[in-house]
Amino acid sequence: MKVLFTYLLSFSIALLSACGSDSWNNPYPPSAENGNILYSAFAERPKHLDPVQSYSSNEILFTAQIYEPPLQFHYLKRPYKLVPLSASEIPVAQYFNSNGERLPEGVDNEKISYTVYEVSIKPGIRYQPHPAFARNEKKEFIYHNLSVEDLAEIYELKDFFYTDTRELTAHDYVYEIKRLAHPRLHSPIFGLMSDYIVGLKEFSNTLRAAANLQSGTTDKGTYLDLNNFPLEGAQVVDSHAYRIKIRGKYPQFMYWLAMPFFAPIPWEADRFYTQQGLVEKNITLDWYPVGTGPYMLTDNNPNLMMVLEKNPNFHGESYPVGDKTNNLNSDLLEDAGKPLPFIDKIMFYRDKESIPRWNKFLQGYYDASGIGSDSFDQAVQITGQGEATVTKEMKAKGIRLEEAVATSTYYVGFNMLDPKVGGLTESSRKLRQAISIAVDYEEFISIFANGRGIPAQGPIAPGIFGHRYGKEGINPIVYNWKNNRLKRKAIETARGLLAEAGYPNGIDIKTNAPLVLYFDVTARGPEDKSKLDWMSKQFQKLNIQLVIRSTDYNRFQDKIRQGSAQIFEWGWNADYPDPENFLFLLHGPQKKVGNDGENAANYDNPEYNVLFEQMKNMDDSPERQEIIDQMLRILREDSPWIWGYHPKDYALYHEWYTNVKPNKMSHNNMKYHRIDPNMREEKRLHWNKPVFWPLAVFLIVLIVGLIPAVVIFRKKEHGAGIRNSEKRGEIG
Amino acid sequence: MEQELEIQRNEVRLVNYIIRRMLYAIPILIGVNLITFTLFFVVNTPDDMARMHLGIKRVTPEAILKWKQERGYDKSLIYESAEKGADKFTNTIFFEKSTAMFFFDFGRADDGRDIAHEIKTRMLPSLAIALPVFILGLISYITFALIMVFFRATYIDLWGVVLCVAIMSISLLFYVIGGQFLISKLWHLVPISGFSGGLDIGKFLVLPVIIGVFSGSGASARWYRTIFLEEMGKDYVLTARAKGLPESIVLFRHVLGNAMIPILTGAVVLIPSLFMGSLILESFFGIPGLGSYTIDAISSQDFAVVRAMVFLGSFFYIIGLVLTDISYTLVDPRIRLE
Repeated sequence: MKVLFTYLLSFSIALLSACGSDSWNNPYPPSAENGNILYSAFAERPKHLDPVQSYSSNEILFTAQIYEPPLQFHYLKRPYKLVPLSASEIPVAQYFNSNGERLPEGVDNEKISYTVYEVSIKPGIRYQPHPAFARNEKKEFIYHNLSVEDLAEIYELKDFFYTDTRELTAHDYVYEIKRLAHPRLHSPIFGLMSDYIVGLKEFSNTLRAAANLQSGTTDKGTYLDLNNFPLEGAQVVDSHAYRIKIRGKYPQFMYWLAMPFFAPIPWEADRFYTQQGLVEKNITLDWYPVGTGPYMLTDNNPNLMMVLEKNPNFHGESYPVGDKTNNLNSDLLEDAGKPLPFIDKIMFYRDKESIPRWNKFLQGYYDASGIGSDSFDQAVQITGQGEATVTKEMKAKGIRLEEAVATSTYYVGFNMLDPKVGGLTESSRKLRQAISIAVDYEEFISIFANGRGIPAQGPIAPGIFGHRYGKEGINPIVYNWKNNRLKRKAIETARGLLAEAGYPNGIDIKTNAPLVLYFDVTARGPEDKSKLDWMSKQFQKLNIQLVIRSTDYNRFQDKIRQGSAQIFEWGWNADYPDPENFLFLLHGPQKKVGNDGENAANYDNPEYNVLFEQMKNMDDSPERQEIIDQMLRILREDSPWIWGYHPKDYALYHEWYTNVKPNKMSHNNMKYHRIDPNMREEKRLHWNKPVFWPLAVFLIVLIVGLIPAVVIFRKKEHGAGIRNSEKRGEIG
Repeated sequence: MEQELEIQRNEVRLVNYIIRRMLYAIPILIGVNLITFTLFFVVNTPDDMARMHLGIKRVTPEAILKWKQERGYDKSLIYESAEKGADKFTNTIFFEKSTAMFFFDFGRADDGRDIAHEIKTRMLPSLAIALPVFILGLISYITFALIMVFFRATYIDLWGVVLCVAIMSISLLFYVIGGQFLISKLWHLVPISGFSGGLDIGKFLVLPVIIGVFSGSGASARWYRTIFLEEMGKDYVLTARAKGLPESIVLFRHVLGNAMIPILTGAVVLIPSLFMGSLILESFFGIPGLGSYTIDAISSQDFAVVRAMVFLGSFFYIIGLVLTDISYTLVDPRIRLE
């Protein structure tokens, strides 16, 4: 009864409060309405916010605003360029031979035994306010030895009364590098980094032994002070400089220094969060980050919402000065030199379904939105010149479209271990080439991606060194260059290749049986059936029968790992803007089968492998480009993938949301964004006036409908049980 | 004296009955647990779970092994032949993960969060939707059914039944999307989705509650109508009418009272399950309840959560059945629980 009463009361209050403002459908509390707040949505709750463990794009959306690694990508410049973030300058690689002698720049890679990066950090950077730093008058940490009684009233991090801060030091960066090897954490890059950072693998064993010794198990709840264990590959030089030692030469390491994996973690936070009582209350570093960035996470309820607020201790950074030759819209340069961040608070609401998300965007309650295929036609139109613009309806609302080619690739792979489609024989090569011509990705992009993609000519996505544009960049096996455009080769060419491969008109000359191939996919809903039908149709052009082998996601993964798939779909999203991050996907020693690497097609061409080893550690130069060109020539000839396409990301922004330049490499972009809350408020009110006539119509229909019912009711209640005439008849 | 003794005897019988039913529940729960376990691990090996959790990029076999070891998924599923005696069964994933649950210790989800804490915090939002839908639904379905019965054999009854069939033929998803489109998008009367723990919770509940009640009205009102019509044919109704009672009194006092047993069967069994929430309504309206928790757990292959939710669901259902039996005795004193 009490619950019911509370509901009725709250409902009445809600109605009354809604009557007060003009928009009844506003999902935000009145206090938040007109602030300098950005409203955004997330569909899936982040699993990890600990920078050493987090790797997904939905996690980095948060961690990148909070944590500051030493480097970042320039917000406006393209191609992507690294600039200092907390580092005072970009570190220079110093090369050494096995005797520890410094080698000059440009020395042969073989002579390099190890590389040292010395990173200096800016002084005066302070952490966000956090209870882990709070001390009493005796300078003892208040919350480092919490008892059960102390924790009785603690449910969230904000329940701690005292907070404090301290200056960022080089120790914190070294501490985080050591955490990559922590026995109780799972860092996705530990395997990779232990191949490069000197001593990291051994360090992991040392830590595991220490953890076992300390508690008998590797259970959480016991603090392992990493400061007590030295790591050769990461050392503190002084309070504002540290040194990382890398095996051999690995120029791509600089890109990793722009990811939260290398952000600083203060030992106090680690000490604080390892207390068993806090772990039991779900108060962990994985849930409540502590950083030096422009924002801090003040509310973390990922079932409902997550809130980032301006970090009061932020060291300050200014909006970048752009390069006018970089095709930049002048609006993007207006704020050049102004202090960041512009937005005070970012509210992320959990909205799992796309329809409510899209409609809230149209009502002005979300400031930006992606475009689902359901709403694509409502939002975007393609002009005669093939350019995408927003529709009239969107334009009238002041909504604009921003597009960017993602540094990703979607492809169809041939399992090179398969006896039919695999191998490096002339016959199998021609079969793959024929199929590559037949599968018309231009048509795919137009039908299934609403034109949001560009057909791939090789594995390297546009915007990455090594990708060539125009005629120079085409894949001559599949395309011709005609009238300044790509033109897919005629299907007759594919048929010719198929005949040369030993399957004229899709018939195997050895067995006289029709050629049957298998397409391995994950079991999917009806919406994907049309895609699979389309794929079968492409193969039918060559008279090849394509059998769809559909399994659940886990079995599909197993097939890929065991090499029992034949033809499959796969994709890759670049970690950093370097061709090595794409070309390694076809490097022989990275094969899935046997090596558990990322080469899902199990392609292994010795010539390519040698060139890859040569290219991977080179700096960007014409020589590197030449090697990449050679590698691409081999790949196109061997055709281990149908190169597929590079997707284009489209996003819509309201008029009041400015300073947006899509950046597919960096994620710490929210500090650059700006909103105009007054314009937003005005538009929201204008767009969301409640419409009352349907309620009135509903009431009228109800009343009119009730009249005959009332008539019948009155007749039944007041009429005689037996009609008078019948009575008379009985009497008579 | 005799009467008091009889009451005491009844109470003892009731307590015995409840204890017996709760004991029967144990094998049922073990069975449910075993079925969930088998179904889950038929499609999901512990390796798959580890991969799902660790992500698809750069996952090493060592990382998978470490993940499994930390969570106790490195053991055999149900039977460990290398062990001796009872350990063959007890040193397995099934035994270790299941026994604690019978003491309501649900452990931690694969992301390290305490499941009991999640359930506690998510139960209220689930109830915020489920309870009003249940209460308003019950009132409106019974009222609607009584109206149809009152106007039986008139156009109101006919069109009422047609309307019921129409309502029950359409999927809940359609009502959700249609309701959001009309009421929120076109008429701007309530937010499309969202939730708040504060006093403004009402504006978020209106639409899902209306949709929840409306979508269930077809099937339920028809069912109640059938129950009432059956009662209408009985002798006591004829007697009441013969006494000259107005039709409304006959219906609301006599028929409704006697139809309580079948109504209770349907309603009381649902009450404990209300805590479990609604999968579709919670997902589409952004309600952070247990329904969406279950959906999330299934999609992220979090066995610990799936198992806990299935266990809890079965447990509440059993409680519901026991409550139904007890409520019979309250409504109809002739019924005794033996």
